[in-house]
Amino acid sequence: MKSFTYERAASPAEAAAAAARIAGAKFIAGGTNLLDLMKLEIETPAHLIDVNGLALDKIEATADGGLRIGALVRNTDLAADQRVRRDYGLLARALLAGASGQLRNKATTAGNLLQRTRCPYFYDTNQPCNKRKPGSGCAALGGFSRAHAVVGVSDACIAVYPSDMAVALMALDATVETVCADGTTRRIPIAQLYRLPGETPHVENVLESGELISAVSLPKPVGGAHIYRKVRDRASYAFALVSVGAIVQRDGTGRVALGGVAPKPWRVAAAEAELPRGAKAVTAALLADAKPTRENAFKLPLVERTLGAVLRDARA
Amino acid sequence: MKFDAPATFNPIDRLKVVGRPTDRIDGPLKATGTAPYAYERHDVVPNQAYGYVVGSAIAKGRIASIDLKDAAAAPGVLAVVTAQNAGKLDKGEFNVARLFGGPDIQHYHQAIALVVAETFEQARAAAQLVRVDYVPAKGAFDLAAAKDAAIKLEPSFGGPADTAAGDFAGAFAKAPVRLDATYSTPDQSHAMMEPHASIAAWDGDRLTVWTSNQMIDWGTTDMAKTLRIGKEKVRLVSPYIGGGFGGKLFLRADALLAALGARAAKRPVKVALPRPLMINNTTHRPATIQRIRIGATKDGKIAAIGHESWSGNLPGGDPETAVGQTRLLYAGKNRMTAMRTAHLDLAEGNAMRAPGEAPGMMALEIAIDEMAEKLNLDPIEFRIRNDTQVDPEHPQRPFSQRQLIECLRIGSDRFGWSKRNPAPGKTRDGRWLVGLGVAAAFRNNLLAPSGARVRLDDRGIVTVETDMTDIGTGSYTIIAQTAAEMMGVSLDKVVVRLGDSAFPVSCGSGGQFGANNSTSGVYAACVKLREAVARKLGFNSPDVAFVDGEVRSGNRSVALAEAAGERGLAAEDAIEYGELDKTYQQSTFGAHFVEVAVDAATAEIRLRRMLAVCAAGRILNPKSARSQVIGAMTMGAGAALMEELVVDKRRGFFVNHDLAGYEVPVHADIPHQDVIFLDETDPISSPMKAKGVGELGICGVGAAVANAIYNATGVRVRDYPITLDKLLDRLPEMA
Amino acid sequence: MAKVSFVVNGEARTLDLDTRTTLLDALREHLHLTGTKKGCDHGQCGACTVMVDGRRINSCLTLAVMHEGDDITTIEGLGTPQKLHPMQAAFVKHDGYQCGYCTPGQICSAVAALDEIKAGIPSHVSADLTAPPQLTAIELRERMSGNICRCGAYSNILDAIAEVAGRTS
Repeated sequence: MKSFTYERAASPAEAAAAAARIAGAKFIAGGTNLLDLMKLEIETPAHLIDVNGLALDKIEATADGGLRIGALVRNTDLAADQRVRRDYGLLARALLAGASGQLRNKATTAGNLLQRTRCPYFYDTNQPCNKRKPGSGCAALGGFSRAHAVVGVSDACIAVYPSDMAVALMALDATVETVCADGTTRRIPIAQLYRLPGETPHVENVLESGELISAVSLPKPVGGAHIYRKVRDRASYAFALVSVGAIVQRDGTGRVALGGVAPKPWRVAAAEAELPRGAKAVTAALLADAKPTRENAFKLPLVERTLGAVLRDARA
Repeated sequence: MKFDAPATFNPIDRLKVVGRPTDRIDGPLKATGTAPYAYERHDVVPNQAYGYVVGSAIAKGRIASIDLKDAAAAPGVLAVVTAQNAGKLDKGEFNVARLFGGPDIQHYHQAIALVVAETFEQARAAAQLVRVDYVPAKGAFDLAAAKDAAIKLEPSFGGPADTAAGDFAGAFAKAPVRLDATYSTPDQSHAMMEPHASIAAWDGDRLTVWTSNQMIDWGTTDMAKTLRIGKEKVRLVSPYIGGGFGGKLFLRADALLAALGARAAKRPVKVALPRPLMINNTTHRPATIQRIRIGATKDGKIAAIGHESWSGNLPGGDPETAVGQTRLLYAGKNRMTAMRTAHLDLAEGNAMRAPGEAPGMMALEIAIDEMAEKLNLDPIEFRIRNDTQVDPEHPQRPFSQRQLIECLRIGSDRFGWSKRNPAPGKTRDGRWLVGLGVAAAFRNNLLAPSGARVRLDDRGIVTVETDMTDIGTGSYTIIAQTAAEMMGVSLDKVVVRLGDSAFPVSCGSGGQFGANNSTSGVYAACVKLREAVARKLGFNSPDVAFVDGEVRSGNRSVALAEAAGERGLAAEDAIEYGELDKTYQQSTFGAHFVEVAVDAATAEIRLRRMLAVCAAGRILNPKSARSQVIGAMTMGAGAALMEELVVDKRRGFFVNHDLAGYEVPVHADIPHQDVIFLDETDPISSPMKAKGVGELGICGVGAAVANAIYNATGVRVRDYPITLDKLLDRLPEMA
Repeated sequence: MAKVSFVVNGEARTLDLDTRTTLLDALREHLHLTGTKKGCDHGQCGACTVMVDGRRINSCLTLAVMHEGDDITTIEGLGTPQKLHPMQAAFVKHDGYQCGYCTPGQICSAVAALDEIKAGIPSHVSADLTAPPQLTAIELRERMSGNICRCGAYSNILDAIAEVAGRTS
């Protein structure tokens, strides 16, 4: 871990301004992913801005009947919130499927959104990785890729995005609220937050330098059956091989987002139109452009079968 | 004490202390975090500096140049040690690869430098500033590809590479029912919770290392040999060990580099291997490819059984002795086994919990299940029909004890085996496909000399000292129980001191030989101490009894404290063995039963119930022995379902080299586990009449899981671990 | 370097630390509270579990300087060999360990997990999200899954926790 200076931010605007002003600055909140990466010098911030003191830890009702979740709300608290459990069960389920009790107690809403891939080649600084070191190559292509992405990938990177929570937020049409370095704020629909790797896998989202996530807002509840199904080898404390987040209405319409298959939480509008026709049709649309490796091709039938089980559960 | 005739009645048979499910005497220390592990010894020596290990970035080749300038100039750095500046080093007797690499590199993450600094943070940061230019060389990393060039290498443990009896080829060809199948097991990691760690301090030319090591004498020997100094100059201390499973049998880089770092920095240095470095830096259980052929008569008698295994290693490394159990477990006149070793440039393959039998039983016990199915026989019945009470390769050698059939029958009753539907894929519980599986458990009982010193003081306290280690096995407690039984005192009158090379050399912890041999060594020393007490009191020793803290003879009775007197009494002895393990085959037996549920949609596999029935001689402490067995069952479940070091065959390393990538079971994976110990004593094994049990629990359990998955789904997977992707395309279509 | 003050096991402590120092290393290397273990240093094993303001966290993935004013409880704060916390006593009774290295983390985690159930925090295996979570074996196993025990004492650890839960509920 490289040396860094450390400050506690007093307000979101100040934090954003400091981050843009100081070269190599990064925000730290829960720290559960950033410190992991700093120990390996995959992340090497010269300055850490501790945002934990900012009063961004509330979950509030919004005027339009939705919820506004502060960026610093811990994963445990978000999953335990009665309104989330009642109206946004998909979100609670996704949160609880992730990590461990200890990690959820620290991990924040914003930090969870911005967590980085667990690709083992990204984690091993002796290995080439375009995400970690642009232009160095991708060791996962032709290497160990069982857990990697099957869709949305490029020749530069097949890393998979790891968050469970974001899959739920994607299906819930969440909006990410940020504070920019100049003090202005903006609202980014979560569908527009992440970028696919293309030729620049090190650029993972549309946030600008210094831009701080202040909250995530949810539109008013849409009802329906909320199901999050995470498939993994180990029964707990493991990332998804495949996960399916779905909201299914009585008439068979609904929403579906996938985790474990793409460089971002994966949702395809055209696929949802296929919901009344069943899992096979939905999967075909979701994974139409899939480019799996030999090792992760099983994810295609696994998505279909998992989605089939989810739809059956939704009907029950 | 030479043990060369079967044991008769002795003080242990009183079973006032031995054989009881006593809580561990070190339990309160462990539960409060006050048991001191190696890296935590702030108490032993002041002014400790921190060392951080740099591992090779390539798997094979050499270092063209290494630039230490930036690292040496970094804040707080006291020394940077490399093989080049460390002075001439030898290689340990028990090490295959050198612990300190450079200029030649033998495997990925081989240690190539140690940065010593005032603080951990400084050492870790400076380690990143060591700049290395490598000249990579082409290596061999793919077992399947190297298999055909594998050669016959005689293993250092576990019998010869090849054995044969009768006419295997002829009998197999003629057998009316035949199986010829190939199985594979992956490389696996010990993944003990405490990383390898050491603190080293020099006092002139004398070195003390507080470390985490299962075999103190091997470690001391190899530290001296590697440093090219006298063994008497080296002291190893290892009272608490945060798990080993074979990964801490040997001197490893943490201890050597701490010693070298301390010499260079001229002050004590502590080193722990960073978790992401451990898997490729240290040893692992080698992958195997195993071909098993079984031919049987129509009534289910094995006529021919053949087992071949291929594994890889660095030059000088051993084969994984995966065919060992097949030489002994089932009857059959015509037999062959063979092991071949391929050259691979991965990190050194070496012992992990039940080396040989663990992966061997994973394959053999699927094969037996497959064969039973071909014969239309219940797999328990098939095993019973092929039981043998003698070593089938050498029929003049009986087993000292063999209750395999009893284990299977008792387990069958207890587990409700009769309710199993033998037709696979037919039992449904909601979304789950449910199946039951069984496998035999088998592991040899190994004998090794073991010494101890016992002192009696004027408070009546018995103190045992031996370099035996407790790696979680319960050594402290069973040794205390043994001494208490022998000396006729209660457990609270016994102090046990372990893991110090200043104490008599023991068998150490490995191969499930620790409990039986180390307590036998303590028994031997106690026999001597009893004689010394009797002699001092002028008692006629044949009728002397040690009871309730007193020595009694005839109508005389003297308190032990008084007998010891102010100067106390001490005795030292070791157990040594005669030919009883040649005359008799000594093994431990068991039966594993597993119920699994497989998600009909996703093929996720979850364990529902596990039972092990064990026949392993006298159980010295049923509580800690049971823990050994459930722990082994858990590790075996991991081996069956998730554990695999994935080889990058281009770059030559284990890719998933941390605890997120190398998955081991968590709480949610493990159901309630039951263990039954048969009431057995084995007087041929030792005066304790005990045998090992710590590895028996892992031998066969993986196959029981595999067989249960087959029963649940009808999908036979012969390639471990059995993950959902291997089942998915053969599961029934979704409704 | 940075100064940080917090309370550990009821005692106020002030440290002048390299900002890179994790809470785990501050406890182990600076305060010599070595009951909290370093198993992986990357949030992958749970051996470093401590309670901060009553909540369990992995102390390896948090910087000491981020804990200004916090109230930290480690295994040493729960009990001593002479005066064991009920959870510690239950681990001894049920042999809920073998090598002992993950044990302090398991015990801290178990104490906090029971509090989480009491506080009504749901888990991945809670059947009904809107109902209070139940004290079942499957709930305890899921909640304890962030604490790896390679010796495989899980079945015994469950018995120990269940006994304490039964006694306190």
